[in-house]
Amino acid sequence: MAMKTSSAKFKDRVDEGIHNDFMRLAVSSAQERLHGRRLTAVDELGSWEDWRSLGEEIRQHVLSNLDFYLHQLAENVSKRGGHVFFAETAEQASGYIKDVIVKKNAKKVVKSKSMVTEEINLNATLEAVGLDVVETDLGEYILQVDDHDPPSHIVAPALHKNKEQIRDVFKEKLAYTQTEKPEELTAHVRGILRKDFLSADVGITGCNFAIAETGSIGLVTNEGNADLVTALPKTQITVMGMERLVPTFDEFEVLVSLLTRSAVGQRLTSYITALTGPRDEGDVDGPEEFHLVIVDNGRSSILGTEFQSVLQCIRCAACINVCPVYRQVGGHSYGSIYPGPIGAVLSPLLGGYDDFKELPYASTLCAACTDACPVKIPLHDLLRKHREVIVEKEKMAPFSEKMAMKAFGIGAASPMLYKFGSKMAPSAMSPFKTGDIISKGPGPLKTWTESREFPAPGKESFRDWFKNREKGGKPS
Amino acid sequence: MKVTLFATCLVDLFQSNVGKATVELLERLGCEIDFPESQICCGQPAYNSGYTKESKEAMKKMIKTFADAEYVVTPSGSCAAMFKEYPVLFKGDAVWEKKAASLAAKTYELSQFIVDVLKVTDVGATLKGKATYHTSCHMTRLLKVKEAPAILLSHVRGLEMTPLPDAQNCCGFGGTFSVKMGDISGQMVEEKVCNIEETGADFLIGGDAGCLMNIGGRIQRKGQPVKVLHIAEVLNSI
Repeated sequence: MAMKTSSAKFKDRVDEGIHNDFMRLAVSSAQERLHGRRLTAVDELGSWEDWRSLGEEIRQHVLSNLDFYLHQLAENVSKRGGHVFFAETAEQASGYIKDVIVKKNAKKVVKSKSMVTEEINLNATLEAVGLDVVETDLGEYILQVDDHDPPSHIVAPALHKNKEQIRDVFKEKLAYTQTEKPEELTAHVRGILRKDFLSADVGITGCNFAIAETGSIGLVTNEGNADLVTALPKTQITVMGMERLVPTFDEFEVLVSLLTRSAVGQRLTSYITALTGPRDEGDVDGPEEFHLVIVDNGRSSILGTEFQSVLQCIRCAACINVCPVYRQVGGHSYGSIYPGPIGAVLSPLLGGYDDFKELPYASTLCAACTDACPVKIPLHDLLRKHREVIVEKEKMAPFSEKMAMKAFGIGAASPMLYKFGSKMAPSAMSPFKTGDIISKGPGPLKTWTESREFPAPGKESFRDWFKNREKGGKPS
Repeated sequence: MKVTLFATCLVDLFQSNVGKATVELLERLGCEIDFPESQICCGQPAYNSGYTKESKEAMKKMIKTFADAEYVVTPSGSCAAMFKEYPVLFKGDAVWEKKAASLAAKTYELSQFIVDVLKVTDVGATLKGKATYHTSCHMTRLLKVKEAPAILLSHVRGLEMTPLPDAQNCCGFGGTFSVKMGDISGQMVEEKVCNIEETGADFLIGGDAGCLMNIGGRIQRKGQPVKVLHIAEVLNSI
């Protein structure tokens, strides 16, 4: 799956989302669960604001010195016998990985959860040459067996499905005969995956944070699947976004603490693993060969721009879990593997405005995302900046909006004009009025009045009242 | 104390009652109210839609309008937050940056002004009934005014405050969002109104005319008996 998950129009995707009651209930209950847990986990840590500032500082420091730390990381991985490949594009990244696997004459690949491998369309590339690719994260596995249903959340990719739907998918695809109990569903998949782990030739992982000083790869999971993916197959390939690294284990510890608390409201996840290079002499497990693929795919062109802070992201999804728009429309409406506020900022930057120009408008700018972000990315402000780029640089804004805003610029800077306009407003709107309300608005008010009333402009504006009162006129 | 009122365009055009209540309330608290006629709009509709150039014209006009004011008070957390953002927008501008900073420094949202500057927590208001409060996003998250409205409302005689479920979620107004993404906005306000209904409150109180127009419009459409009031109107009930 590449970054773009749908070729349907944004409006149609949203329409489908808001009419999908199952999905909406699954999303809102997940949001409430995760939101509550996050607040508890964050409170428990104490001085959360100081932690956020520290997280922000670490991420900004890494971004300001990215060339240095990437160089250090690559050197240390090589020193331990690993191979490092810098991929400028998605195609280069997935092409390199395919070549490595084909050279090994491998048949089966097991993967742990990784958004960047979705971004570079890895599964399709590998399947095209006949490889058997198995996702081993439970959420990803569910989506894979459900005919490659796209992820709707960056941490919980199958968040849009409830357990009854998952049971039905398993019944149809896996000859499953038990109930919708999560324990039974999980046990069934575990049985299948055990065989895959044991027979896989290559393991592929993402990377939560690489540690530059040691050349290690940090992985955070609750299922432990990443540990099997990296322990059993002879060849391991790790794919990371080029910004996902920290200087030392000290910073790793801080960021992991921010990540697990923000993502799932846990102090720590069940498994936090740091892997350093291929198997050493005397090691009992681990891969014989290790490749680190560092993916740029548009990231370096965000560096140094007004959007740089988006690269601070640690992919915790706290912003998604508090977003009131995501709550109504679900992840698939965004049409990107990166949904929610972070996706609405990131997708146009990595994938271009042509495909994702609506996303920055899918926000009330309520700033719940900015408030929740553990590394202080000003997400709502970046969404607004996108709108500025769309209007001023990309010239993609609709004509009617442009005219309205031009009129605003003139009207809101000229008291004379404003006064004239506000005097005219009540009579201009009078054909649409019933009493004091407008129930079927014209032009842009149409969508408003589909679900609510709009007040008709008052006969007497506040300023007229004030003026009359000052003059000693009768206050109304 | 001399207070210069920034009524906001929404109040001026659609909710003059809120403006009137603000004036009467502040006068009762001993303030002398000035209302410069050249005020229009904080510029937020254009700014948040990406039309920064156009919004700056409106902003310069507001900076000039309030140049001589000692305190600028507005019955809107959102518009106050916009004024506070001006210095960022005019950063590096030799003429306007300083002036923008001066306006930002003397701007207060109404409840914030009463509690923090006038040091009043009980305005002597009375309103009988059960009420719930909508914490508008810009007031709480951008302006960081979280306590003042609750403190003031807790002293209103006869008023029983009850918490609103999912209070942290936006009502779906979002300025131009409410017309540009009307479908999503409609779903959001429906959820908000259901939560309000659940409280059994007689009144829904808020501090921003935009949110109240949105929530009120949905309540009206559903024909519910909940009365929507701006906090200025509540505090002016005697």
